[in-house]
Amino acid sequence: MDASILLILAQDGIVNGAIYALLALSLVLVFAVTRVIYVAQGEFVAFGALTYAALTEGQTPGALWLLGGLGLAGLAAGLWQGRGDHTRASILRLLAETILLPAAIIAATLILAPLKPGLITAALLSLAIITPMSPLLYRIAFQPLADAPVLVLLITAVGLHLALTGLGLVFFGPEGYRAPPFSDAMITAGPLLLPGQAIWIIAIALALMLALYAFFEATLTGKALRATAVNRLGARLVGIPTEQAGLIAFALAGFIGALSGILIVPLTTLTYDSGFTIGLRGFTAAIIGGLGSYPGAVLAALLVGLTESFASFWASAFKEVIVFTAIIPVLLWRSLRHGPTEDDE
Amino acid sequence: MTILEVTNINVAYAGIPAITGVSLSVAEGEIVTVIGPNGAGKSTLLNAIMGILPATGHIAFLGTPQDGHAIATRVTAGMSLVPEKRELFATMTVEDNLRLGFYRHRAEGPRAMRDALDTIHTLFPRLAERRRQQAGTLSGGERQMLAMGRALMARPRLLMLDEPSLGLAPRIVRDIFHTITALRQTGVAILLIEQNARAALQIADRGLVMETGRITLEGTSTTLAADPRIVEMYLGQAPSAK
Ligand SMILES: Nc1ncnc2c1ncn2[C@@H]1O[C@H](COP(=O)(O)OP(=O)(O)OP(=O)(O)O)[C@@H](O)[C@H]1O
Ligand SMILES: [Mg+2]
Repeated sequence: MDASILLILAQDGIVNGAIYALLALSLVLVFAVTRVIYVAQGEFVAFGALTYAALTEGQTPGALWLLGGLGLAGLAAGLWQGRGDHTRASILRLLAETILLPAAIIAATLILAPLKPGLITAALLSLAIITPMSPLLYRIAFQPLADAPVLVLLITAVGLHLALTGLGLVFFGPEGYRAPPFSDAMITAGPLLLPGQAIWIIAIALALMLALYAFFEATLTGKALRATAVNRLGARLVGIPTEQAGLIAFALAGFIGALSGILIVPLTTLTYDSGFTIGLRGFTAAIIGGLGSYPGAVLAALLVGLTESFASFWASAFKEVIVFTAIIPVLLWRSLRHGPTEDDE
Repeated sequence: MTILEVTNINVAYAGIPAITGVSLSVAEGEIVTVIGPNGAGKSTLLNAIMGILPATGHIAFLGTPQDGHAIATRVTAGMSLVPEKRELFATMTVEDNLRLGFYRHRAEGPRAMRDALDTIHTLFPRLAERRRQQAGTLSGGERQMLAMGRALMARPRLLMLDEPSLGLAPRIVRDIFHTITALRQTGVAILLIEQNARAALQIADRGLVMETGRITLEGTSTTLAADPRIVEMYLGQAPSAK
């Protein structure tokens, strides 16, 4: 294998690694704030990608109706959970979030989709359609279980993953989709031939990581989210509505999932069920990073991306096996070094 | 003006009653203390008032019923609790802990937050020195100060303190009690739980004695401090801690 192949593989690994890093970061965040292992995040990757692909073709994406349905269910769940604690303002806020916002997005899509919107409009619209589903799912499925053990939350997340995969088949059909890249430019840098899309991915991933860093370090809302992760009771005692923190974490995860899908669907063909294996790689990275460390998750994600890329060159049939078994020595090493991690709370 | 009115509340852990039929009230600028042996249900009482534990009975704050309200709603209304275990944000800095105490007033903007921080730093200069340190690495006494500082950042109308002197040197206990008396001057109502019954009765207006989940004795601090049963059980013959 010569140097140029090495470079191409490394470049591939880093581009994929950047996506896995975003996914891993949001998984760590969601787990820290809500103790949910968000298995269903992969579906957001697929939904984002396929919605974007449909919109660039001028089709109305089927997932649109899921947004409407989840909005109605979210309203019912919100009214029920807040009973006894509702004020006029809180009910108006709930209505805006569960009815008004989805209705506006649905209306915008119905108008824009037949016009075959430009790529950026299509991407933004896809984000607007898919992202709100995640906090709605939190409201409906996880908020009532806020005090349940991690295992119950995990089982719920797996159930959600299965349900969403099934719905994905209904909305998008079994065939694979690919979408046009944001830019067709090919940039040559020495021996490297960088596709414009790769640069988009790395730039957006970096910008998003910086933005997340600034959000968590410099804003009170970001700190409130961290505080909720560190000590849920402490957070409640200073008046942070911890359900709100959960909603924000889920919204971020949904956004990052959908964005990842939109970013990679120009590079690989995706089907309704390919989100899971992509999400699993982000999950692997989050676990290797310790499910509690943000820099750890990013580094591990790059490692997963590179491992995957080189494994597919040397032993492509075993690519998945190699990537996912990489978790075992790391877990062994961690447990030998730190001893068993205590159960949270 | 009555700030807190608790009527006939009961709390049970897995069906086993921990407190039964407890009623009490705290007025503006008043310090009320609850004393009693270990396991009497004092912490349970505060946690129920704050909404951490489900309770039957009635809790009214500033005349508004709080039954069924979430903790965050009660904080926004003006209640603050420094719980027995403090519940600090261990991996965050001292200053971030304090800033988060201001969450209730976040709409007032960064200037107001700065002023509130300055007030707490004047009250507890140690917290200013340690502002960049992680809360989890503070000494026991510093942790207490931070817990109290964080609660005060919310500028509550009712401050509930669960054993603020726990594990502290007498000097710091005196400082903390001094702070509590100073707070009373500003109109804050204070509900204080203490093992150090002598110190608590010295600063409180009224006291309640709690035993096995019930209020067994109630009166002004002076009558309680003179009550032979209290002297025997809680004040003893030991020389004053002060
Ligand atoms: N989570 C719980 N589950 C079961 N029983 C509990 C729980 N918390 C407290 N108890 C019991 O309820 C009773 C009252 O406890 P509480 O903590 O209110 O006492 P306390 O008066 O604050 O005591 P101390 O002075 O030691 O802090 C005790 O018998 C305690 O064992
Ligand atoms: Mg106690």
